[in-house]
Amino acid sequence: MTVESTAAARKPRRASKRTSAAKKPQSSEPQLVQLLTPEGERVEHPDYSIDLSADELRGLYRDMVLTRRFDAEATALQRQGELGLWASLLGQEAAQIGSGRALRDDDYVFPTYREHGVAWCRGVDPTNLLGMFRGVNHGGWDPTANNFHLYTIVIGSQTLHATGYAMGVAKDGADSAVIAYFGDGASSQGDVAESFTFSAVYNAPVVFFCQNNQWAISEPTERQTRVPLYQRAQGFGFPGVRVDGNDVLACLAVTRSALERARRGEGPTLVEAFTYRMGAHTTSDDPTKYRADDERAAWEAKDPILRLRTYLEKEKLADEAFFTELETESETLGKRVREVVRAMPDPEPLSLFEHGYADGNSLVDEERAQFAAYQASFADSAEEGK
Amino acid sequence: MAVEKMSIAKALNESLRLALDTDPKVLIMGEDVGKLGGVFRITDGLQKDFGEDRVIDTPLAESGIVGTAIGLALRGYRPVVEIQFDGFVFPAYDQIVTQLAKMHARALGKIKLPVVVRIPYGGGIGAVEHHSESPEALFAHVAGLKVVSPSNASDAYWMMQQAVQSDDPIIFFEPKRRYWDKAEVDTESIPGPLHNAVTVREGSDLTLVAYGPMVKVCLEAAAAAQEEGKSVEVLDLRSMSPIDFDAIQSSVEKTGRLVVVHEAPVFYGSGAEIAARITERSFYHLEAPVLRVGGYHVPYPPARLEDEYLPGLDRVLDAVDRSLAY
Repeated sequence: MTVESTAAARKPRRASKRTSAAKKPQSSEPQLVQLLTPEGERVEHPDYSIDLSADELRGLYRDMVLTRRFDAEATALQRQGELGLWASLLGQEAAQIGSGRALRDDDYVFPTYREHGVAWCRGVDPTNLLGMFRGVNHGGWDPTANNFHLYTIVIGSQTLHATGYAMGVAKDGADSAVIAYFGDGASSQGDVAESFTFSAVYNAPVVFFCQNNQWAISEPTERQTRVPLYQRAQGFGFPGVRVDGNDVLACLAVTRSALERARRGEGPTLVEAFTYRMGAHTTSDDPTKYRADDERAAWEAKDPILRLRTYLEKEKLADEAFFTELETESETLGKRVREVVRAMPDPEPLSLFEHGYADGNSLVDEERAQFAAYQASFADSAEEGK
Repeated sequence: MAVEKMSIAKALNESLRLALDTDPKVLIMGEDVGKLGGVFRITDGLQKDFGEDRVIDTPLAESGIVGTAIGLALRGYRPVVEIQFDGFVFPAYDQIVTQLAKMHARALGKIKLPVVVRIPYGGGIGAVEHHSESPEALFAHVAGLKVVSPSNASDAYWMMQQAVQSDDPIIFFEPKRRYWDKAEVDTESIPGPLHNAVTVREGSDLTLVAYGPMVKVCLEAAAAAQEEGKSVEVLDLRSMSPIDFDAIQSSVEKTGRLVVVHEAPVFYGSGAEIAARITERSFYHLEAPVLRVGGYHVPYPPARLEDEYLPGLDRVLDAVDRSLAY
């Protein structure tokens, strides 16, 4: 079964009838850019060629494996009560690593809350991603250190931040680019439409990277759109392309091309990475309530990691030692993540009053003083009790 | 010349011009702010002098205006965005509340959001629906935002300078029915802090606290009360978040009576916050309960009824009398 036919199979019956009557199969079954088939075969695409060294291919594989291992550890930590919530990226490793490795250091990333693989590519310590899920902060990294903005939880808001940032890049005369990540659910949000409008009219150097993982919590893509998402771009006046989101090579090639276009001053591109979220939306929901059992199985056959491994093995680009070493490295990462999270201290109570304002605020000062006095009153009574 | 008589509109225009001139990172953004100079002409001539790259006409999308301003601020710019009228800020309310207000805290202080959101607000100009509202309490309630409103040309000039220079997001409410009121502006004097209240009239019997468009009404009420032998002090709050409670407290502890006046609905309004906190701080100094004069808990009325809705001289004087009767 191909990705296209899966999409078509879930289309509302009336829509597919009308489509077939109009004889426009290309709009309901768009071509995916694919460079590596689910069977691990390299294929060529006329617009997106890529030539990677064995080293680079192994690097992409390593990134995906470690990201998946990290994600699995975080899911386990949530189950053990160490995290309040986790948004798993299982199944989306190729979309994230492919696009993430297309970025230059001076590019700027505006993620949603599931871009653990992109964060990995940016050099953000993965344990820093867990603070917000543990509840000790709302984002534990300096966005400017790795040009990786904080996770944004409100759906689609960050696409406007990315657009504004890109407008600034253009004003500065810099040749870097900006990438905004969002999902198929976010494509329904007004902010995403507004970011398309702004980026188009100001010709902002931004790439919109939509990971269409087929589900917005329990709402399928059909509840978000009647046309393939990448086609939205056309109405705003910039190109859209659908890429096989489980093909790391295609994601890398397509994103690289879109970023280069932005750098050349040719404006935004919408990339729709057609992929699948294999797990739940977050650890709070239960996909068995809203998804057919065989759906995941169909997508597992297109697993992004498996197909690259098949290719690496078949072409003898990696030996057994590589895979064994990577296995050890994965376990070390998992262990480190576990230890760091368990040791993550609760913030000091008084830190409640920090960082609300850059320039200070008399009201906060007053409340901090009251809170501090209240806290100190317990210390005093403890002293008196001695 | 350092001292010049000008309207609030002109003072804001001059202040924005100075900001653009002083700091190349300052940008003006909004609907119609460029060629037209804004529907109230606050940005008149700025695009002509500073170019389309600095004074940016935007698509008609308020969330987009604020959302992209956030991105520009993250890139190191200092955007001053205009929301054309008060009632149209709500499409941007999500970006202001969930993003602009909280991003500095979310980043544990590592990034700053120096964005000014200018909102012409309040009634009294006979406008149609959504063009006369006073939503300041909705913003003051949100931690991470600072909310200010000048009442005169001098404050308009200086408070805008201070707002642009602030590293915190500022919601800058402009009293649109006072845009054409003139006053002397000393463009060289050093102003007090942005969030300090100012005593605009001394008095000993009662304190009136107001901000923005109501300061003028309160000054007129104080003058009328004077004719009846009542000495009324008037405080111009200038900042609704944070609030200069020290200034209100010291005035109340002198006069013993407090009336808070604003156009916004009394229910859950700034007056409620002031009344509660001053009662806590100055309970034994109060000769009367803190009274509030403001709008009603009704949708903003059609223009022909807004005089009934807006606090006028008589309603303020009635509250003064009621307070003094205790």
